[in-house]
Amino acid sequence: MKHLLSIADLNVQEAIGILDTATELSRINDGQIKKLPTLRGRTVVNLFAEDSTRTRISFEAAAKRLSADVINFSAKGSSISKGESLKDTAMTLQAMGADAVVIRHSASGAAQRLADNQWMSGAVINAGDGTHEHPSQALLDAFTIRKHLGKGSSDLQGLHVAIVGDILHSRVARSNVLLLALLGAKITLVAPPTLLPIGIEKWPCAVSYDFDSVLPYVDSVMMLRVQQERMTELFFPNAREYSRYYGLNAERMRTLKPAALIMHPGPMNRGLEISAEVADSARSVITEQVSNGVSVRMAILYVLLAGSSLDVGSI
Amino acid sequence: MSSKYILKSVVLPNGDKHDIAIEDGLISAVSQNITPTSHVVIDTNGSRVLPGLVDLHTHLREPGREDAETVLTGSRAGAKGGFTALSAMANTSPVADTAGVVEQVYRLGQDAGYLDVFPIGAVTKGLMGESLSEIGAMADSIARVRIFSDDGNCVFDPLLMRRALEYVKKFGGVIAQHAQDPRLTAGSQMNEGEISARLGLKGWPAVAEEAIIARDVLLVDHVKSRLHICHVTTAGGVEIIRWAKQRGIDVTAEVTPHHLLLTDELTTSYDPIFKVNPPLRTSDDVHALREALAEGVIDIVATDHAPHPVESKECEWQEASFGMLGLETALSIVQKTMVETQLMTWEQVADRMSLAPARIGGYKNQGQEIVVGSAANLVVIDPSKNWQVDRDLTMSKATNTPYHGLTLPGVITHTFYQGKATVIDSVVQKIGDV
Repeated sequence: MKHLLSIADLNVQEAIGILDTATELSRINDGQIKKLPTLRGRTVVNLFAEDSTRTRISFEAAAKRLSADVINFSAKGSSISKGESLKDTAMTLQAMGADAVVIRHSASGAAQRLADNQWMSGAVINAGDGTHEHPSQALLDAFTIRKHLGKGSSDLQGLHVAIVGDILHSRVARSNVLLLALLGAKITLVAPPTLLPIGIEKWPCAVSYDFDSVLPYVDSVMMLRVQQERMTELFFPNAREYSRYYGLNAERMRTLKPAALIMHPGPMNRGLEISAEVADSARSVITEQVSNGVSVRMAILYVLLAGSSLDVGSI
Repeated sequence: MSSKYILKSVVLPNGDKHDIAIEDGLISAVSQNITPTSHVVIDTNGSRVLPGLVDLHTHLREPGREDAETVLTGSRAGAKGGFTALSAMANTSPVADTAGVVEQVYRLGQDAGYLDVFPIGAVTKGLMGESLSEIGAMADSIARVRIFSDDGNCVFDPLLMRRALEYVKKFGGVIAQHAQDPRLTAGSQMNEGEISARLGLKGWPAVAEEAIIARDVLLVDHVKSRLHICHVTTAGGVEIIRWAKQRGIDVTAEVTPHHLLLTDELTTSYDPIFKVNPPLRTSDDVHALREALAEGVIDIVATDHAPHPVESKECEWQEASFGMLGLETALSIVQKTMVETQLMTWEQVADRMSLAPARIGGYKNQGQEIVVGSAANLVVIDPSKNWQVDRDLTMSKATNTPYHGLTLPGVITHTFYQGKATVIDSVVQKIGDV
């Protein structure tokens, strides 16, 4: 596996391999010395042409814990803001010798263009391309669900996950649908009709406009952020109406199964898609998702650059 | 340069095999075994001759975007593709919305000398869709413009479209509509469907084309004028045009070669070489378009030749420009998709790519039957030979062909424009001082 551009590139063994590797690496992250020498002397470039704090820091921490050298390249401080093309940016980084590029970009397909055009020779890791995919997010979400509800199983057979919100514009939803289905989970997408793509009938999931009817049956509910811009783009009348029908509030939380998890990729709009009370409740694993993200991203870097899944005994 | 030729044993559109003699810009004889007297004899045994192809939709980019194409390089590309007439779309910079610009483009075509360049005039000033451009002045100019189009943009305001349709009745003009509801397609990148849902690219729904076609055929029926629909891409659009024609509405329609062959499946690579407006659609649409062209519901093939510089296509999808080259590959694509599938005969190809476009555009010296006395605008193609498309060998200044590396059937060996050979043995000739 040379690149990680889309969940669709993974077969079930590879996906489970990354999750298992992340499980092993999370032991390092729980210890006092959070360091492995695996990627010493290798260079990982974070090419973030779109704003992000959480994902970039997560990948940076992951690379550094594997002893790689990290170079951060973000849109604001760079010549991307002066109009330099993706091609020229890539070729400049290549000239500096990057073994891997973690790219986040506002254009769907940007990661694939980087990989296919061979402007750089290293591994390309998609950290979110437009509204297409966010593979590492889906992997850390699956890791989180498996850790709590997997009952020792390697996959997610028998579990039911709801993903709620702006599916149409969500790369997190697209990657999650692919990965959860690959791992055997049942998925229900919940959204107003205006925020569901035409063509979704072919996706391996169910679709519902009615949040309340879905909630009592799921093992995990994943809330997606609703961008403020969607209101001016005529997707729904106003924030209040959106919250009323699709917001996860305390009343809805009480209809969940006792062991059900509450998840959110962040950043949250407290009060819009998720109430503060719910975000801070005992069932919420939202902050744990963030720390799992570092282990999962370490696993991705390990698998792509060290060439194999981590064995249990090798640490 | 010679002005007398004999094409030996060439197959006419109807299948008859004859010699054809060309003298002083006209077809001087069509019969068996013509005796040469100072004619250049071309052994075209087995090849097919068609009337010179006529394109009603070409982007020549001059004035303003000479980095992508000029009237000269576009003319050479046209000649290579067997065209003896091109229609230059008005979305240049400055826009062709005055007599001055259309006369400039017309003269550039004359100076290049490879084929007739007929400028198309903008419907609205600056293509802004707010007020009519100087349609009368352009019609009266040396360019004698008869086709008006805001192509690139839709004439979206229904009142403006009504006025434009009425106004051109004065001189028998035609409005060529780029059918795209702008409100339904703001920021759209590709066909709206399963693939756009998966790829996370904003969709361009078929209804945005169909709704404008429906509105405009009803409008043209009401005001009793003439309408032409550019680049139809949807099965639904085809049905509406079929309905309109059955009611006797004066509407004609075109399809591009790329919409006869390519589908939105190609977008999964995110390679913007496949990015075009209107977008590639599904295989159901492709089949509906082929049937409609065979049936004549779609009257003509028009290339929508859209050259772009390299940097406009070598980037992320949403940054890339819309458009593909088309002149040099058009006849081969039509052979592949329509003749080899037995949907059309060569005689019908001659109609869809020469006779009918010339009739719609009012181009009197083009699209004539291959008979004695006709203007010698001809293309000779060897359907039995194949060729491989190489983007680095285009006559066009640009390289954005979606067919790079593909092997296509049908090699054009000769093109004649007013009796001058613009292409000999598949090589574009030097015409004039250029």
